[in-house]
Amino acid sequence: MKHHHHQMLSVWLFIGALLLIYGLIILTVSILNYSHPAPVVLANEHLNLWAGVLLTIIGAFYTIRFWPRKRGRD
Amino acid sequence: MNVALRAIALYVANPGRIISLSTPDVLIIAIYFVTVLGIGFYLKKFAGSSSEDFFMAGRDMSAWVAGLSFLSANLGALELMGWAAAAYQYGILATHFYWIAAFPAMVFLGLVMMPFYYISNTHSVPGYLQLRYGEATRALSGISFAFMTVLMSGINMYAMALVMKVVLGWNIHFSIWVSSITVAVYVTLGGLYSAIFNEVLQFFLIWLGALVIPVAGMIEAGGWSGLVARINERVQGDYVNLWSTLGHFKDNPMGVHWTGIVFGLGGVIAFGYWTTDFLVVQRAMAAKDLRSAKLAPIIASYFKMIVPAIVILPGLLALGLLSFKLVPESAVRPGLHSYNEVLPLMLARYCGPGLLGLGVTALIAGFMSGMAGNVSAFATVWTYDIYRPYIHKRGTDKHFLLVGRWCTIVGVIVSIGTAYLVTHFKSIMDYMQALVSFFIAPLFGTVILGMLWKRATPKGGFWGLLAGTVSSVGMYTAVVIHPEWLRYVALSSDAKPMAENLYRALWSWIICVLVTIVVSLFTPRKPAAELQGLVYAYTEIPSDDDVPLYKRPIFWAVGVAILFAILQFLFW
Repeated sequence: MKHHHHQMLSVWLFIGALLLIYGLIILTVSILNYSHPAPVVLANEHLNLWAGVLLTIIGAFYTIRFWPRKRGRD
Repeated sequence: MNVALRAIALYVANPGRIISLSTPDVLIIAIYFVTVLGIGFYLKKFAGSSSEDFFMAGRDMSAWVAGLSFLSANLGALELMGWAAAAYQYGILATHFYWIAAFPAMVFLGLVMMPFYYISNTHSVPGYLQLRYGEATRALSGISFAFMTVLMSGINMYAMALVMKVVLGWNIHFSIWVSSITVAVYVTLGGLYSAIFNEVLQFFLIWLGALVIPVAGMIEAGGWSGLVARINERVQGDYVNLWSTLGHFKDNPMGVHWTGIVFGLGGVIAFGYWTTDFLVVQRAMAAKDLRSAKLAPIIASYFKMIVPAIVILPGLLALGLLSFKLVPESAVRPGLHSYNEVLPLMLARYCGPGLLGLGVTALIAGFMSGMAGNVSAFATVWTYDIYRPYIHKRGTDKHFLLVGRWCTIVGVIVSIGTAYLVTHFKSIMDYMQALVSFFIAPLFGTVILGMLWKRATPKGGFWGLLAGTVSSVGMYTAVVIHPEWLRYVALSSDAKPMAENLYRALWSWIICVLVTIVVSLFTPRKPAAELQGLVYAYTEIPSDDDVPLYKRPIFWAVGVAILFAILQFLFW
């Protein structure tokens, strides 16, 4: 008999979804500010943009990988 | 939505801050709060069926989840900001607290001690002590742990509010109440499930939020060799070698000797903290089987080994790159920044809108997670080791589940009270930090003798723990009253306060062990039948031979030992 915990959504799904949302926000802000980046050190390296891409990829991977799927009939 | 976020930013902020948040930053922080509360509400149905579910997360966690949670419970923002500050102050020597003070103890917990915690099926470290030594030792350990834990939670909360005030200009009451209510809601609803889920989430946030500092910093400094050259240009003394300056107290900025680092820090303090502090051990005990429980601290040790990249390296980068000098907290005046502000200063240096919000969220998550860890551990120890044995013995499981939920709320309320107490009496913060350390080193002596020496008796365990704790308090008090007595504790007139902590721990552990041994030799031991599953001589440890080599804890333990050796060689 399976314990009810096995129907619990995976912690990795919550992490993936949050990182995906964060990635998309940071990516959007970075693209909007691309031509006039915030006055930080190494602004021309566009670290915000790269961080947004990284977060979006990691977030999308975990979200898709751990998205709950319908189970077939036993 | 946008207007509301701007309104929040205006309400909580005031001028004079290090970091100014934009709308995307506030949005990112707000989403974090909504997420952790949402997780709490979601997990309520899973944590509400039995006390085992609420306090031990159903003992259903995988090795990875238990391992990351094990590390995150320790990786609070106070720890991150404190050690970044220490790296600025003492240089790379601060890394010892992540390497020698972590991997040997964590591996030892996994391979040697975890089987006893897990096989005895206890709910807590004081619970193990009750089985091994009896009620008196459990009472001493349980009451001191519950007391310390809930007070530490309040101190963490106060520290968070203070950081948010200095860094972001946030109102101190706003920070205390918003974070406390959030933690109270999600831990009361989801118990240890909630605490663990949020700790794993926090692990990712901390890494991704702080990673920009070492990456950008190393680009700016021109790599490690460029950074070393800049540090050597700017400061006198050796800030970039781990061991070569530890031959004498005078040769290094920390004022310590290698014996203090190896035996005091790596031996007693580290083993005491990682193997007996229920705050972290509870996470490994929540694993789904013994192999996962053994693997959890070993997995955590790999990540602990690389934490210096986001904590120590930012401190060193600040030392080499910032155009101004940071000062001790006591010397801060308008226009000057303290060592403790290293991490926020470096975040502000490199992070634009959005990314800055992620960095601040990482700090908030660290503080809240630390508080949630303390409160959930407090609720467990109070319910299982104080309430059930001494106050209400015959309650139903449902009753103890309810008590656990109320304990969480009471724990948060007491924490808020402590936070305000610290606001008025700031020296309490220093004393409380020291007070916690009083119990850790001797407790390790009591637990390890209990596990490995079948002759240790109930009276020996109790008097050893008491003697070790009292001697530690005695040494601390003596040095507070007569600071020059530090040379007796640390065995050198050149020792600095950091050395006192290391040697005090060592002496209190030795006293605990000696008293336990002597008293045990003159008092009656427990019958062998009562020590089954509790002591090495009477416990059959399940073998890992039935799983492939790469799935065995010993395999991963050897791997982290090799990584440790390489890092020591590279930064010698």
